[in-house]
Amino acid sequence: MSADNGSYLPVVVLLLAAVGFALAPLALAWLWARKFSPKKPGKDKNATYECGLESKGDAWIQFKSEYYLYAIIFLIFDVETIFLLPFAVAFTGLSAWAFVEMLIFVFMLVAGLLWAWQKGVLTWK
Amino acid sequence: MDEGLRSELQKQGVFTTTLEDLYNWGRKNSVWPLGFGLACCAIEMIAASMSRWDLARFGAEVFRPSPRQADLMIVAGTVTKKMAPQVVRLYNQMPEPKYVIAMGACAISGGPFKQGYNVLKGIDRFIPVDVHIPGCPPRPEALLHAFMTLQEKIDQQQLTGANRPRHLNADKPSEFPVPEFGEHDLEPPNNRAVWKAPVLKR
Repeated sequence: MSADNGSYLPVVVLLLAAVGFALAPLALAWLWARKFSPKKPGKDKNATYECGLESKGDAWIQFKSEYYLYAIIFLIFDVETIFLLPFAVAFTGLSAWAFVEMLIFVFMLVAGLLWAWQKGVLTWK
Repeated sequence: MDEGLRSELQKQGVFTTTLEDLYNWGRKNSVWPLGFGLACCAIEMIAASMSRWDLARFGAEVFRPSPRQADLMIVAGTVTKKMAPQVVRLYNQMPEPKYVIAMGACAISGGPFKQGYNVLKGIDRFIPVDVHIPGCPPRPEALLHAFMTLQEKIDQQQLTGANRPRHLNADKPSEFPVPEFGEHDLEPPNNRAVWKAPVLKR
């Protein structure tokens, strides 16, 4: 078959070979384990691993959603720094409208900061 | 396969192997130890894994942080009675096949703390130890020698038959009882299945 007739058959063949190459060792290992090595589950072996200590409680716990505040504060200061630096460098060559646009952007971030301030996030307790 | 036939074929340039040899050859060259140090012997264990002694030559440089991925537990150092339950539990959590090297005087017998009150008199009282290394602490060369001894042991293991190792035998347990840290001593003070108190003959 010539390659320029638009057939995708070689790609399909290569794909099948790739999948087989990945699956064959796994299948062989599975067959080997079935033939030779018996499964030995147990109380300790199936337990949650925790440095050899017995784990207390469940591993599937919820983390506090309050951490989103840290994400917001980080975003405010991080994004502000990233945009303020090029703004300061290009400041003298900017048009008036670009300056106003930048002010709008900075005030949007400042609004977020004010909101966080009002929630008392900035106070160290 | 018959040894005579094999060497005869080898002389003619035909090399043969068995499934068992291939299996053991692969296993003995990829023993992954558990990253697990208890006392000063662990420093020698770390030195053995670094470039000067280079445990990587034996395929064993990947110290695993989880017992789920480890094949070998190197009990490197003093096993206190408070630590012994954790050691046994970590051993239980390792998948089969698993091996144990007891490294140093403390791990094999209690060492200088043998007469004391709080140190276990050898980890082989609770889990089956494959290789013991004496020394306080043993030099990295001693650990390498223990490693080669373990590789030889793995190489000799049979795939079938009555003498096949524990991990291939469904009747042999893979977990050993974890002792409790009791009021005066560990309870039970030893695992009868792997260790029997020596009988004194007077």
